[in-house]
Amino acid sequence: MQNELFEYALRLGDNNLILGQQLGNWCGHAPDLELDITLANLALDIIGQARLFLSLAGEIEGKGRDEDVLAYHRDVADFRNVLLVEQPNGDWGATIVRQFLYTTWQQLFLTKLVASTDERFAAIAQKAIKEVAYHARFASEWMKRLGDGTEESHNRVQDALNSQWRFADELFDMDNVDRKLAKAGIGVDLAKLQKEWDARIDTVLADATLARPEPQSAMFRGRNGHHTEHLGHLLSDMQFLQRAYPGATW
Amino acid sequence: MMTAAADISAADVWGYLGDVLDPEIPVLSVVDLGIVRGVTREEDGFTVTITPTYSGCPATDVIQSLIEEKLAAEGVAAKIKTVLTPPWTTDWLSDEGRRKLKDFGIAPPAPGITSKRALLGEAQHVSCPRCNSGNTRKISEFGSTPCKAHYQCSDCLEPFDYFKCI
Repeated sequence: MQNELFEYALRLGDNNLILGQQLGNWCGHAPDLELDITLANLALDIIGQARLFLSLAGEIEGKGRDEDVLAYHRDVADFRNVLLVEQPNGDWGATIVRQFLYTTWQQLFLTKLVASTDERFAAIAQKAIKEVAYHARFASEWMKRLGDGTEESHNRVQDALNSQWRFADELFDMDNVDRKLAKAGIGVDLAKLQKEWDARIDTVLADATLARPEPQSAMFRGRNGHHTEHLGHLLSDMQFLQRAYPGATW
Repeated sequence: MMTAAADISAADVWGYLGDVLDPEIPVLSVVDLGIVRGVTREEDGFTVTITPTYSGCPATDVIQSLIEEKLAAEGVAAKIKTVLTPPWTTDWLSDEGRRKLKDFGIAPPAPGITSKRALLGEAQHVSCPRCNSGNTRKISEFGSTPCKAHYQCSDCLEPFDYFKCI
């Protein structure tokens, strides 16, 4: 069970670490000052949650790896995040779509994780769920604003939705780790989140005058370490300092 | 080696902690903020239990250092213990803290509206901390620190921070 717990904490930590790093890259580049500050705030919350999950992963593993070692000294194949969060920032619409798909899932996921029989996971979830409520509202408001905005903003956000849609199925994919932990009452039955996720997504898309994309052949296995090319580029930037000067502190 | 001097009580420690200010909002002490969850006397000193506000609040580490420095300066042997549950809520801001926030120009969160209703965005009544007008508008839900939103008063036109509910 210890290996599964380690994997689980790593997956949750990596999803947030990678997404937080992406959002942080908007700093200084967002459409206006308030949005710049907003994405930096989201990144802070999300990386804060990542730190809690990665510290827990290190504690479960028991080999002396802390959050920093896990974040900075693993390579692409050892990362356990879903493929969605490593997709490039693109334009503002693409970033909003990615945030909307993920945060809607994360909010539902945390609603279940708060009842985990492992109190360490439940504690992080209870904290994170309050923060994520704000993220969810931000993302859905912007989906509506862009979708129901100008022809240009509508088309861009629809294109982004169409191109990211193939990464959504992975959020609900149950593998052996998920099944074992869900059975033990520690993890979440991801398949059971899909219906509510669909309903929430459809409600917002309708308000946003956006079309739900046709089913696409799904992209999987980020959680098994099979990543898209984007993750390597992201890590080369994020990990540069600790790669060049291992153990550097300041 | 420092010990739990018999003449230092838990109440004294709470008093010292009342002098430790939040580095981001330097009118609030860590006690006003409600992040000190307990002070207990152990055999070899005190244990001060604290909880972070937001998961990613950059001030968390600084606050812990400031507490350590303050207690060391007062000759109190203390260990800091961080807990996540129950998760911090703005309902724990003291009345004194709310008053200090308003005087500082930050609209305090109304007590007891941490419910999902507030979180999920039904209209909140936020008064301008300068002219007390209720005629205010939200500029952005995300402000200069994780705990604040950005508002503007439609009467006196002053932009201000609102300490948002969580």
